[in-house]
Amino acid sequence: MNEHKPNTLRDQPDEQGRFGIHGGRFVAETLMPLILKVEEAWKASKTDPDFAAEMEYYRKHYIGRPSPLFFARRLTEHFGGAKLYFKRDELNHTGAHKINNVLGQALLAKRMGKTKIIAETGAGQHGVASATACALFGMECEVFMGEEDVRRQKPNVDRMRLLGAKVHPVTSGTGTLKDAMNEALRYWVTNAETHFYIIGTAAGPHPYPAMVRDFQSIIGTEAKQQILEAEGRLPDAIVACIGGGSNALGLFHPFLDDKEVDIYGVEAAGHGIETGEHAASLKGGKPGVLHGNRTYLLQDDHGQIKDAYSISAGLDYPGIGPEHAWLHEIGRVNYVNATDQEALEYFALCSRLEGIIPALEPAHALAFIATMIGKMDKDQIVIMNMCGRGDKDLEAVLPILEKQGML
Amino acid sequence: MALDRISQCFSACRAENRAALGIFISAGDPDAKTSEELLFGLPDAGADFVELGMPFSDPMADGPVIQAASLRAIKAGMTLDKVLEMAARFRQRHPDVPLILMGYYNPVYIYGVDRFLDDAMTAGVDGLIMVDLPPEEDAELCLPATEKGMAFIRLITPTTNDQRLPTVINNASGFVYYVSITGITGTGSASTDSIANAMARIRHASDLPAVVGFGIKHADDVREAGRHADGVVVGSAVVSIIADHCDDNGNAAPDTAQKALELVKQLKTGTSR
Repeated sequence: MNEHKPNTLRDQPDEQGRFGIHGGRFVAETLMPLILKVEEAWKASKTDPDFAAEMEYYRKHYIGRPSPLFFARRLTEHFGGAKLYFKRDELNHTGAHKINNVLGQALLAKRMGKTKIIAETGAGQHGVASATACALFGMECEVFMGEEDVRRQKPNVDRMRLLGAKVHPVTSGTGTLKDAMNEALRYWVTNAETHFYIIGTAAGPHPYPAMVRDFQSIIGTEAKQQILEAEGRLPDAIVACIGGGSNALGLFHPFLDDKEVDIYGVEAAGHGIETGEHAASLKGGKPGVLHGNRTYLLQDDHGQIKDAYSISAGLDYPGIGPEHAWLHEIGRVNYVNATDQEALEYFALCSRLEGIIPALEPAHALAFIATMIGKMDKDQIVIMNMCGRGDKDLEAVLPILEKQGML
Repeated sequence: MALDRISQCFSACRAENRAALGIFISAGDPDAKTSEELLFGLPDAGADFVELGMPFSDPMADGPVIQAASLRAIKAGMTLDKVLEMAARFRQRHPDVPLILMGYYNPVYIYGVDRFLDDAMTAGVDGLIMVDLPPEEDAELCLPATEKGMAFIRLITPTTNDQRLPTVINNASGFVYYVSITGITGTGSASTDSIANAMARIRHASDLPAVVGFGIKHADDVREAGRHADGVVVGSAVVSIIADHCDDNGNAAPDTAQKALELVKQLKTGTSR
């Protein structure tokens, strides 16, 4: 009799790039040959010790990994429940988790002999990370960014330009991340032979969702080791915010088979789910096909994609990575949400109590944690991914905090 | 039968020693009435077959002209239900002209694949071109469509190499569509040599009629491409005329459809070899 092998949730997707019914390769024929080449190169790199060594070198000496796991003592006291730890990926070079993935894909592009890079960006963090890696490796960088995001994330636009990237403001649609991704895909269709597209989140055609997840999984792998060192056991809950969902998958994936760990993904509820002005694809959307994959999308009854809304440019996207869609359907991850207003309150509180200015994106995760952590026992443990720092948001957020008397 | 209308169309054009002219318009652009006037007038203006675009909010392989057309149509209330109704009315007036629906998968997926195929067959649609369904996703729509006798027209591009070409052609039916440029609709144009080479490659791999599209704007372009291909498709150039004859709010003028039909008549002059 064969030895029974335990089931794992960590071996997705299948050969067709499916996570359940989600994922896949829904792209124009022009891109298919290239996507197959990316898949081939990615598979080869996974078993190549030279690639692993190169990644390890840049993670340690350029990004500054491992990022610390920090016990947030004052917030823990404030909430009066479980112990709260931050996985501090905002301390990475360039100020967010995005660089973990960009570095991997840039090294892959280099191996494939590509020297021209395309990237889309919402908050600008992925654009900055891509511009940074391109400067490091001497590559050309074309960044597509919605013009609304160019306006609300000006410091990041300036950084990208200084790093030598060309920023293309996108005026189609609502000028946010969805439109930037459309335009980046169009540019790629036009330059398929010469350019490598570094997708910034765990979405898009296979192999991107799995590849981005793998590059980001360093977050959860480190966090697991660090919490075992600090507390001698696994956490009771882990929490991360979700736009496309790459920081969340990076934290979640190494914990998926640890059934005692509750997992929460926090979508952006914008002005409130009931208003229809939000970016919560799982809560307010249904399965459809966009940007190369099947997943939950905000859309109308006729299959036209609706505009997402969130104060956070990084969460302002009408879809979600296909692996999240699957984890939602099988019930392994609990998907919840937090509004603009709730995120703003915890943006301010975290700054005051911990001396850490969070990005608006993880401020959503903290806002959700505030609703549950106080009810947990004092010996329980929660880890939140502090996936980005908030400097980029000050210009947009400070006037609101001032008006509301929070400053 | 759906496949019959397509093959008869290409046989007839071949017998006349000319390329078949296909015209793409976006259904409901800029409004249902104008779009229908244009659609119904296409065969008499010289279109041998028609590609009717199913508008989608995020057309990722289309250039600015067809993006804008899709948005005008959606804004004016066009939906997939209405596209199918329009197709049925076209079929009543033009019993023999092949009608192909072209678009992106999401609106069809949301409508429901089986219901869509049944309704499209009933409406008299002959074939489908789905931009974002490569052969890797044939189980989604290509195989169910073929089973019902609906042609599934495959896009072949300059990046489709010899190794991949058989995969792309494998489940194709009706005709194959060569995208002559590595790019989005309505942008650059390909050299005659590259079209000739591609056609030779495709003919070697498939017996289906082969048409050329993307970047074809004038009667001269039609003539050049039509020397090598069984058919030539013009889209953005026709749709541009609609845009040029709308006011700033995207409203049609009384002669908007007629202006577009005049271009089709000119394009037709390029089809004889």
